This record gives sequence, structure tokens and C-alpha cells, in this order.
Amino acid sequence: MRNIVQKGWRPLLVIILLFVIWEVATRVFEIPAWLIPSPSQVVDEGISGWSVYEHHLYSTILLTLIGFIIGTSFGILVAICLHLIPTVRNMFYPLIIFSQNIPIIVLAPLLVIWFGFGMLPKLIVITLVCFFPIAVSTLDGLRQTSTELMHYMKMAGASNGQIFWKLEWPHALPSLFSGLKISATYSVMGAVISEWLGAKEGIGVYMTLASSSFRTDRVFVSIFVIMALSLTFFLLITALEKWFIRWKSKGVENSG
Amino acid sequence: MAELSLTGIAKSFEDTRVLEGISFDVHDAEFVSILGPSGSGKSTIFNLIGGLYQPDEGDIKLDGESIAGKRGSISYMPQSPSLFPWRTLLDNVMLGSEIVGQQDREASLQMIEKAGLGGYENAYPHQLSGGMKQRAAFIRSLLSPQPLICLDEPFSALDEFTRLEMQKWLLSLWSEYKRSVLFVTHNIEEALFLSDRVMVLSDRPARVKKEFKIPFERPRDESLLLTEEFLEWKKAIYNELRMIT
Ligand SMILES: Nc1ncnc2c1ncn2[C@@H]1O[C@H](COP(=O)(O)OP(=O)(O)OP(=O)(O)O)[C@@H](O)[C@H]1O
Ligand SMILES: [Mg+2]
Repeated sequence: MRNIVQKGWRPLLVIILLFVIWEVATRVFEIPAWLIPSPSQVVDEGISGWSVYEHHLYSTILLTLIGFIIGTSFGILVAICLHLIPTVRNMFYPLIIFSQNIPIIVLAPLLVIWFGFGMLPKLIVITLVCFFPIAVSTLDGLRQTSTELMHYMKMAGASNGQIFWKLEWPHALPSLFSGLKISATYSVMGAVISEWLGAKEGIGVYMTLASSSFRTDRVFVSIFVIMALSLTFFLLITALEKWFIRWKSKGVENSG
Repeated sequence: MAELSLTGIAKSFEDTRVLEGISFDVHDAEFVSILGPSGSGKSTIFNLIGGLYQPDEGDIKLDGESIAGKRGSISYMPQSPSLFPWRTLLDNVMLGSEIVGQQDREASLQMIEKAGLGGYENAYPHQLSGGMKQRAAFIRSLLSPQPLICLDEPFSALDEFTRLEMQKWLLSLWSEYKRSVLFVTHNIEEALFLSDRVMVLSDRPARVKKEFKIPFERPRDESLLLTEEFLEWKKAIYNELRMIT
């Protein structure tokens, strides 16, 4: 904890400095609020407008969580299947990489044409966005098992199931978690993008409404809300990681 | 019961012949050591017995049944400790028996205590010294229930004193439980002190160059190490090994 405080004050200082410059600049140059609002105006709107965007926020959080859970479960499942059946891996691995290159912005309107404005196209967008990082990192974690430990397991007569659950799966966990962290931040972005497609509520909707009515302060509020959401999500996963991989974190710090 | 017999085992990796015509037996409740230069193929013999791969020629039998290419029939301690970093010492030590499906927590805790690792049951491998890891891997193999134990240089990372302690402990356990032991080492003294028989391997391709039957009375204790007879034996084996390299 103290470590975070010690390391954390420098970036924090930079952020505060940036805000101060921003505040001063908007005042000195008398920039109109509809063009660039000052940080204090954004904070004001963020607090006073809470009741306006509260339900949007909950809706986005819900969408993000559902999408994240579906997307990562799917990614992990696919990674496990590809790992366990090497021929399937050789066939589908290139496809996974292609999936990352699908331009979501282009695909999204198509999904609306195919699936309408309901939940489904939104979940597909988030799943697509989450899928790649988690699938690739899980697959890598499963593949890069220590040969020494594998040697021991085989000599001890472990079955394939035992090798998977006692060796490969725990070995892949750190890698899986780094994938989860990336997917977590992506999934927030995915949710907002999918809300742009057309939705009744959500931060994406709030943002569209705000920008079309020149409420730039509200656009900035939604930017900060999205950032805060991503960060919270990221920190949650990091905390989970600390708990699941407690055998590692300490050692690295001590021996480093 | 554990009667191991290897007959005419040969093994090549790519084009290099590593083992050729290896034949030997380990009788029930017998302690046999393998001595040989580095890279001669000692670990390879273990891998073959453990069923990691098939021999090119020959057969391996345990209690009359062929175990060539069949895994899980031996208790095994690899040359590197190979502890699982996400398991505590206790969970690591129980892994061998866990795989076979017969864990005994109490016995494991006792073994840990006896190996001088008491108080570290919940430590993770990165918190242990090299010697402690080796002892943990050693206990893991002892706790595996198979009647034949294969130990690949189990005490190489220990200081003289701890090593002697562990050797004596191994001997007492062995005389108590009467399991068969196949033991790989670089250390002539260790082989002499522990074994009923010592086999010396030749350089590549490895064959059983010479077999020594060690006549010392049991139970043995460390005073044996300083007797005239022990030194004579040591000299004899040393000369045998020197002729190889
Ligand atoms: N899987 C493998 N593939 C290719 N070559 C191998 C393999 N395993 C062992 N060898 C070769 O076989 C030879 C014997 O190796 P092995 O590990 O059995 O030696 P060793 O007697 O145990 O040596 P040390 O005392 O140093 O442990 C070495 O030359 C090694 O390069
Ligand atoms: Mg070896």
C-alpha cells in the first residue's frame, strides 16, 4: 500500500498540473463553455447532473458486465478447446487473429441491420472486443507450461485431466489475468460504442444527446465517467488477480 | 513387492546412441545406485523406467509385467526439484500421492517435520532455499505410494552435514518400509554408504561397465565412512570411473 503511495504521487502531480493548466487556460483565453468547458464546470455538472445520467450509468455498467462475462467466458472456452485439440488450434488460430482485425465501427451498423436494436447486437460487439485479448493470452499461458513440471507430471502418471487442472490451468492463470485486464477496459469501450448504435439508455446515449445539444460539459462528464468506469473495472480485476495469484506477487517483489 | 528388471535397453536421440544394451535388476527391497559421468544417460534410464518414452530395443519389467512406455508405476524424484510455484510446501509434497488418489495429510506433515522443514508447511517454493526445495521434492517421492522409488541425484544441492542427515534418514526409512530404491548420484561416497549394489556406467553410449556388490553390514552409520575398508572401496570405484573419462 505504501508502495502505491510512494510511486503514485508523481503521476498524480502531473494530472493535477494538467487540470490546473486547463482551468487557467479556459479562463485566461475566455474560451466559451460550449467549446471547451473548464474542469470546474465539468465537475459542477458531474455533481449536479448526477440524477440526469445516473440511470444511464447503471445501464452501461450492466451492459458492460454482461458483455464482459459472455465475451471472456467465450474467449477462455475457445482457448481451452484450441489448446486441448491441436489440430483445431492449427485450423482456427489464424481466424482468431482475423477476429481482432474486424473494424468494429464498420461492423456495428451491420449488426443492427441483422439483429435490430435489442441487446443482442450490443453483446456481440462487446464479445468481439473482449474475445481476442483473453483468448490469445489464455492460449499462450496454457502453451507455455514449464517443461520440468510437465516432465514430473508425466513421470508420476498423471492423466490428461490431472495435467490440465493441476498444471496447465494454474500455470495459465497469470497470463489469463493480464488478458482479463485488457478485456475489462475494452469492454467498457465496447459497451459505449454499441450504445451509439441506438439504445434507450446508457452513457453512450447520454453522450450523443449531450453533443447534439452542444452540452460540451456533459460530453466531458461522460468522458470522465467512462474513464472512471474502465479504471474501476481494471482495479477490480487487479485485486482479484492479487488474490488468485498470491503465490507470485510477493516473490517477485522480494527477489527483485 | 517391487522387482525391476531391464534387459538389453537401447535408446538413441536423433543420431546419437545414448544407451546401449543396458541390463540390470533391482530386487525387492534392494538399494541400487547408478554412478556415471555427466551426460552418460542416467536420467534417460529413469525416463524410460517412468514410461516417458519407449526404449528402441529391450524391455523393462516390474514384477514380471512390462512397463515400457507405461507411466505412473514408480515414485520419482527428478533431478531439479520441480515444485509447483502455486502450491504450498504441504500441497507440493502431497502431489505425488494426490495423482494416484491416496493422500495422507498426517503422514505428509510428519515427513515434513522429520525432513527439518517444520514451520514451512504453508510456504511457497519461492520462499524456500535450494536445499529445502530438494528436500521437499525428496519427501514428495517418498510419499508417493509406488513400491519402487527412483531418485535422481536427490541430495546434490545439500551441504555435507545436511546431506549426511538426509542419507541416514533415507536409510532408516528404507529399512523400515523396505521399498526398492534406484538411486542416481555423482558422489562415490554416497553410493557406497547407501547401496547394496553400485553400477558404474560407461561413457556414451552408456553400458553397465561394472557392478560392485557392497558388503558393508547394516544398519550403517557415519563411522563407516572413515574405515580403511570404505576407503579401499572408494579407491576401487574411483579408478573404475577415471578409466572412463
Ligand atoms: N529428450 C532428449 N532429446 C535429445 N537428447 C536428449 C534428450 N534427453 C537426453 N538427451 C541426451 O542424452 C544424453 C544423456 O542425458 P541424461 O540427462 O540422461 O544424462 P545424465 O547422465 O543424467 O547427466 P547428468 O549427470 O548431467 O544429469 C545427453 O547427451 C543428452 O543431450
Ligand atoms: Mg541427470
